[in-house]
Amino acid sequence: MALRVLVGCKRVIDYAVKVRVKPDKTGVVTDGVKHSINPFDEIAIEEAVRLKEKKIASEVVAISCGPKQCQETLRTALAMGADRAIHVEIPEPQSNTLEPLGVAKIFSKLAKEEDVNLIIVGKQAIDDDCNQTGQLTAALLDWPQGTFASEITVEGEHMKVIREIDGGLETIKVKMPAVISADLRLNEPRYATLPNIMKAKKKKIDVKTPADLGIDISPRTEILSVEDPPVRQAGSKVEDVSELVGKLKSHGFI
Amino acid sequence: MAIPQALARHCKRFLLDTRPFQGKYLNHKTLSSFKRLTTSSNDVELTPYRYSIQRGNFAKVSREDIEYFQQILPIPSAVVTDAEELIASNTDWLKAVRGSAPVLLKPENTQQVSKIVQYCNQKNLAIVPQGGKTGLVGGSVPVFDEIILSTSRMNNVIQVDKISGTLVCQPGCILQELEDLLQSDNFILPYDLGARGSCHIGGNISSNAGGIRLLRYGSLHGSVLGLEIVLADGTILDCLSTCRKDNTGYDLKQLFIGSEGTLGIITKVAIALAQKPRARSVALIGCSDFDKVKNVYSSARTDLCEYLSACEFMDSKIMELVEHHLKLINPVQKSSFYVLIEASGSSEQYCKSALLDFLQPLMENKVIEEGIVVDTLAQIDEVWALRERVLEACQRDGYVFKYDVSLPLSVFYNIVNDLRSHLGNQAKNVGGYGHIGDGNIHINVTCDEYNVELEKAIEPYIYEWIAKHKGSVSAEHGMGFIKKKNMKYSKSEAAYNTMKGIKHLMDPKGILNPYKMLPEKYRQT
Repeated sequence: MALRVLVGCKRVIDYAVKVRVKPDKTGVVTDGVKHSINPFDEIAIEEAVRLKEKKIASEVVAISCGPKQCQETLRTALAMGADRAIHVEIPEPQSNTLEPLGVAKIFSKLAKEEDVNLIIVGKQAIDDDCNQTGQLTAALLDWPQGTFASEITVEGEHMKVIREIDGGLETIKVKMPAVISADLRLNEPRYATLPNIMKAKKKKIDVKTPADLGIDISPRTEILSVEDPPVRQAGSKVEDVSELVGKLKSHGFI
Repeated sequence: MAIPQALARHCKRFLLDTRPFQGKYLNHKTLSSFKRLTTSSNDVELTPYRYSIQRGNFAKVSREDIEYFQQILPIPSAVVTDAEELIASNTDWLKAVRGSAPVLLKPENTQQVSKIVQYCNQKNLAIVPQGGKTGLVGGSVPVFDEIILSTSRMNNVIQVDKISGTLVCQPGCILQELEDLLQSDNFILPYDLGARGSCHIGGNISSNAGGIRLLRYGSLHGSVLGLEIVLADGTILDCLSTCRKDNTGYDLKQLFIGSEGTLGIITKVAIALAQKPRARSVALIGCSDFDKVKNVYSSARTDLCEYLSACEFMDSKIMELVEHHLKLINPVQKSSFYVLIEASGSSEQYCKSALLDFLQPLMENKVIEEGIVVDTLAQIDEVWALRERVLEACQRDGYVFKYDVSLPLSVFYNIVNDLRSHLGNQAKNVGGYGHIGDGNIHINVTCDEYNVELEKAIEPYIYEWIAKHKGSVSAEHGMGFIKKKNMKYSKSEAAYNTMKGIKHLMDPKGILNPYKMLPEKYRQT
């Protein structure tokens, strides 16, 4: 059976950026800060594209929820090999309070609309570290889930999933349609090649809103404050052993 | 939180680096390159034996001198006399030259530098100013027993003016540390180079470092606003202005930018900062011949225009060496030439689309065969690593003869082809790479072991070739000790004589970094 795959891609602050807390403590500085596709979602797209190359999947649709800039993330997904993309447009500041439950509702609605039988998401987003969207989506659709996948193999109507767990690796079998969440070692994402980037420019990005889908994305939680972890006290350098001994003595350690 | 992909890639690469590296020691084919990698500074031949030179008429460091230094530098670790400890400071990064300084001094501030230099001037003691010791022409270590004056303890940032975008600091600040500090205020330094983890800003300015950002931000002659210098007699020369424009007399600081510590010692730096770009995208493309590379570069100038921040190239031989020795992956299909183009600007959307709009017609006209575009920070670093670690890769290939050359673009790569046919089987590998955007090509010739016959085959052939095309025999690396004899290929005798006059005026006893930069005679062999 040819799979139709939905992949969730989140636009997050780039992993390598040094994140700073806003002075008013309501969140982190995002203005002018480098954003990229969530690394685990990149792995999810790569896996979906590989399924297509193996002729197991017939179509890969990438979805991103958020402000206009999400279309950049979708272009990356299209350049990697996704066929189409859907941008669920949620302007700022609303997008800042979007929670996994809202995203899960959107994914499950689109899954039904697009008639997909496999959803792959990254296991967690590196900005909120929630690790909930995959699981919530599966519950809303009443589909089985294979989370923290480090290897997936399609076997007819089932999928064998090797999961990364605390104790090591666990192998399970899920019946499709199913939701998979990608872990680090699932694959190594490809670079976007120029020919594919050019092709991607012509691929379609449909824009919808949560209202179009009839979904309420109002948050259930409220962020009270965001703070830096406590600053580590600086050590002091001493010039030689006698100064070290002197300091230890004066601080009462010896 | 589990390790994100980008971090895992870094870890993976580290692991990949260590296992084959250890394997290398066991399966190593050529003994000499193995020896090179594991040569300790102690095994490097002393410069006066390797190159026959006469010691200048300087005094020798005495017990009395050391006591004086210990008096003006009260902290014990600021005066190093232990022979074992001194070996490292006496040897350059390439392990090509080694001196025998009996003492290393680490002053903390301008006054201490001034006192040291004044004393040395009176006593006729020679001094070598030393920064991060990352220079590639043997300019930062003694030849004989010159005293080493290190900037490593002069590493304070004095002021960052966020409104006018200027930095004032001491010369011993490490480039990477300054970059990290300035990041949070959205500034970057107007220059960058691969040695950023170790090089000092004072040393960079003394050698007029070029690097990978010159294309966009210009040379240090333009971005350094002011300097404080200690002259050869200990006088403190204050030219430390932070004004962007100051036409009040001769611009003295220009004398010290690029004079490699031979006219004065930099004790404070004022430099104009650049805005950190919000967006950066990098394309790595493959071209089948060098004419196409030139086409890409000139199209970048007109079509990518204000977004263009770097344009580097390398040939297939260099890429092979990088893949083979460093186990890095070439993400682009095998090509004769590779061009790295970086676009940066204030908007992610416009920057990326500018880059793609520039690349599209080149693809359609088959100027570009293959390529990738990356914009996550981790991927950008991976692609840049292919270019920045070239020298490391070549050093693992054996002994490297390195040439850092400026040439007109019309004949840019011809030098590599001509050199290859001229050397034939004598050389192991000949490759070219570098800052095509600045007209600066690096040519590396490798062989299993250093041999004089190969050196004679390359020099003076390569220098005469460059002189014929009015290029520069040292585009950015400077003269130092190793390259000073080649000055005649790129500078006239009148220029040389004028330089000698200036040196004599500023340092009549010749105590500042002797044996460097200016050859004894114009036509010295």
